[in-house]
Amino acid sequence: MHPVLLTIFQRLGLGLLTLFLVSVVIFSALEFLPGDFGEAVLGQAATEETVAAFRRELGLDQPAVVRYVQWIASVLQGDFGTSFSGRAASGVDRSRSVVEMIGPRLSNTLFLASMAAIIAVPLALFLGITAALKRNTFYDKAVSASTLTTISFPEFFVAYLLILLFSSWLQWFPSLANVNDDMPLLERAYRAALPALTLTLVIVAHMMRMTRAAIINLLASPYIEMARLKGASPSDVILKHALPNAWAPIVNVIAFNLAYLVVGVVVVEVVFVYPGIGQLMVDAVKSRDIPVVQACALIFAATYILLNLFADVVSIATNPRLLHPK
Amino acid sequence: MSESDQGYSAVAEAGSVLERRSLWLRAWLELRKAPVSAWIGLVIIVSYVIVAVFAPWIAPYGEAEVHPQPYAPWGGDFIFGTDQIGRDVFTRLIYGARNTVGIAFVTTIIAFLMGGGLALAAAVRGGWIDQVLSRFVDVLMAIPNLIFALMLLSMFGSSLINIIMIIAILDSTRVFRLTRAVAMNVVVMDYVEAARLRGESIGWVMRREILPNILPPLVAEFGLRFCFVFLTIAALSFLGVGIQPPTADWGSMVRENAGLIQFAQYDIKAAITPLLPAGAIALLTVGVNFVVDWFLHKTSGLRDEH
Repeated sequence: MHPVLLTIFQRLGLGLLTLFLVSVVIFSALEFLPGDFGEAVLGQAATEETVAAFRRELGLDQPAVVRYVQWIASVLQGDFGTSFSGRAASGVDRSRSVVEMIGPRLSNTLFLASMAAIIAVPLALFLGITAALKRNTFYDKAVSASTLTTISFPEFFVAYLLILLFSSWLQWFPSLANVNDDMPLLERAYRAALPALTLTLVIVAHMMRMTRAAIINLLASPYIEMARLKGASPSDVILKHALPNAWAPIVNVIAFNLAYLVVGVVVVEVVFVYPGIGQLMVDAVKSRDIPVVQACALIFAATYILLNLFADVVSIATNPRLLHPK
Repeated sequence: MSESDQGYSAVAEAGSVLERRSLWLRAWLELRKAPVSAWIGLVIIVSYVIVAVFAPWIAPYGEAEVHPQPYAPWGGDFIFGTDQIGRDVFTRLIYGARNTVGIAFVTTIIAFLMGGGLALAAAVRGGWIDQVLSRFVDVLMAIPNLIFALMLLSMFGSSLINIIMIIAILDSTRVFRLTRAVAMNVVVMDYVEAARLRGESIGWVMRREILPNILPPLVAEFGLRFCFVFLTIAALSFLGVGIQPPTADWGSMVRENAGLIQFAQYDIKAAITPLLPAGAIALLTVGVNFVVDWFLHKTSGLRDEH
């Protein structure tokens, strides 16, 4: 087998193993609940029978391994169980299924994240590569200093600065991003403009710094110097010698920052009251609605792992040393 | 004469050629060469520490003291006005320095003791201990920190001890990975081998042979880790699942006063109020980053100009 394929399969296998272990960790969230949480969910007035029925529904009378297999099997079929909220002490069950709660919000979050990514990725790559090529000029120093500053800002600081400026003072954009499915695309984009801009600012700084460092690192390698010394034209040096080796770090930077978006989206959604899964997760944490928390954590973690996996696979597949083995 | 006044006459007489510089003198000489950004960072950090230590003497009112007028405007008795139930914002900002920074600092130290200690043990012992610990850390690091922290908080509840321990454990994974990586380069050195052959204990090898040689990257990492911990705790408090009221904390203050931001057109000062605690968080992280940036360049010889 081609060594590249072998390495890729190894990496994919490792990724699957990580996903499995992470799902075990997330599943065990239910294991650590205190013994009286049935009463806590159903309320003080719950009778012993309703509590027992609730525990039976969660399968707490079965061994953990059996429950894990059942849980992961239903998750793979798209069933995340039912929420803890909406259950009454009397045994009346108005709880909704977790999928029903997550579905529309997931698409909202994806919309917001992709909006931010579409603006941020080209902008950051452009800034990072130009700063690296024009190293130590005023342009480079200005870009680097401003990104070092914004990198240290918490997301909510950037978010409220933008609200103060563009919403409250200039009144150009709404401060509440209350989107829904019936809106036309442009209307949704307009309402989600400020949250998307916040996310963009936060990840452009990270991405630009990483791109700049990667490119500088690359241009300092001996074979680039060799190419220059043998008299290759500057465009040849960049396109034929630098670029093939630059794909891996660039894809890594993009994937790392898209994974970073996963986390940033939680805080930003709460600031702008944007109906996404980040906000759903925070609400579920406050009400200790474990099935919803588990589902959200699993979605976030899986996205994060898959993005990192993708970056690794691309950097293996574009590595000239692996593609042309001796 | 003047030498004996300064208290090091013996040393000075023994070797007038060899000038032995004290730790403080060397630090001062390094600082004089430091760039402006590092100085700004240091001034920021020192002033935060002073405010945090002397909070009860600086603050005009008590931490949770409620005044009759909620949402009072700036000026008058209240420099930055009062919040939604009439607590002085300026006072709470000052106490916030103590609570938010203090909690983040304690958390970072715990993370370092746990992650660093385990990493050194893994590097020295190697074998299955190293394998088990490293794989375990890999799995924990595969879940984004904030998401994992949210999940753990939903399980255990948001008490102060829980927050500190959860964040410390999650961040100790990053400390573990870095410490193990740098310690691995030192473990193979001959002097470590020599110490082992002398029959020194594991603890001695860890503390006296390896630790001094990996200190600079660890100090820089401490600064960066502190920023991450600080921002994570602030984010959790902002989301309402972190440090709980009535403790004054910058993250919660942003959330509590956020509504004021809508009034920018009528009273710009009031609208800025929620940005004050957020700005306090941002300023400290910028300061720490500036200092760490300078320290990294200085200790690693890492420079852009190849």
